Amino acid sequence: MKVIVDEERCVGGGQCVAAAPDVFDQRDDDGVVVLLDPAPPHERAAAVREAAMLCPAAAIVVVDT
Amino acid sequence: MTSDVLIVGASVGGLTVAEALRRGGHTGRLRLVDPDPHPPYDRPPLSKQVLTGLWPPDRVRLRTPEQLEALDAEWVWGRAERLDAAARTVELDGGRALAYDTLVIATGLVPRRLPGPEPAGAHTLRSLDEALALRHALPDAGRVAVVGAGVLGCEIAAAARTLGREVTLVDPGPVPMARHLGPELGGRVAALHRRHGVRLRLGTAVTGLVGERGRVSGVALADGEVVRADLAVVTIGSVPATAWLENSGLALADGIVCDARCRAAPGVYAVGDVARWPDPVTGVGIRVESRTNATEQALVVAANILGDERVHAPVPYFWSDQYDTKIQVHGRVGGGDRVRYLEGTAADDRFVALTESDGGRTTAAIGWNHPRGARTARAHLTAAPSQP
Repeated sequence: MKVIVDEERCVGGGQCVAAAPDVFDQRDDDGVVVLLDPAPPHERAAAVREAAMLCPAAAIVVVDT
Repeated sequence: MTSDVLIVGASVGGLTVAEALRRGGHTGRLRLVDPDPHPPYDRPPLSKQVLTGLWPPDRVRLRTPEQLEALDAEWVWGRAERLDAAARTVELDGGRALAYDTLVIATGLVPRRLPGPEPAGAHTLRSLDEALALRHALPDAGRVAVVGAGVLGCEIAAAARTLGREVTLVDPGPVPMARHLGPELGGRVAALHRRHGVRLRLGTAVTGLVGERGRVSGVALADGEVVRADLAVVTIGSVPATAWLENSGLALADGIVCDARCRAAPGVYAVGDVARWPDPVTGVGIRVESRTNATEQALVVAANILGDERVHAPVPYFWSDQYDTKIQVHGRVGGGDRVRYLEGTAADDRFVALTESDGGRTTAAIGWNHPRGARTARAHLTAAPSQP
């Protein structure tokens, strides 16, 4: 899977970090998402999808590859 | 699973149920009904980036046309007007009747309005069209009055001020966002707006709008003062959109009364702002008006439709962006709670704080321009009722 984040939409809630901490982090100053792993392994797929669903700004898109 | 699922309300709650159902293997029919003419959109930006004009309206769309297409759902444009839960049918305006096996109600809220006449120049903000109408009107407004200093009213006041309007924010409470933040942190919201030049008129109720020749000329206060304004935005809260469910057999009490699994009746679920369900700890019915609750509850409901038995036990969360300040609250601040600063102090423009009840329970983790700190402080929350 491929993960795409939209930093301009991001509202810094951190729901993605809570759901998939190996894939997402957030910047210290404004909390905007930092994508740690744009192509996460299969075993993280469920957590990444959950992160995308929970994002309160719809700023995460998951593309199946 | 091949049953026929009907979702009334195609905002983020309804849409998320649909997506989670498909992902979970639902191969049956899926229909979403909504009277809003726009494809599913997000509401938080309406009072922020859309009002200031930072975003073109299309940016609030929750999904691309391709993503919506891939959902393999039928989109029905219409307003649900009646439910017959026994016969499992929903009747729409114009008389169409839709039968279902499973119904999901995600109709959200309707803005509360002031009593009395509503002259031109009076606005509410819930839908994209309302946001666009307000955005269109703001540049020509001389004086703007925002009635109600909750989250929405504060954001609209900030947006109007950012556009250079003269703004008065009116509320019967002692500080803005009192219900969400308590007196101390609400006082900081007051200071924020004063610093940006908003006139605050607190501690006084509004009795109605004043009009001249059919146009808003002011807002009448209970103490006799009239706040002059040629544009008024009324943000005095909302009520669950359940008028169409009267006599449906569903229990209604400031929302649709559900069990802990968000089930209102056999084959009927409710999601988001409109749903009331028992707090898993206290058993007391709660209703949460927030963007994140809608998605979290939608995932629970979709799982339960697919045969799971999940209980909805969220940590409430909301955020608000006003000027350059981001306020984030995990949990729920209680009326008499004390504020304890974890990072920064009461004098700083960036801090993390906890609120604590008299009983010593940590009720909320709050970030003020400190998103990361707010998230990590969430670990301090006492596992306990989300509402007393």
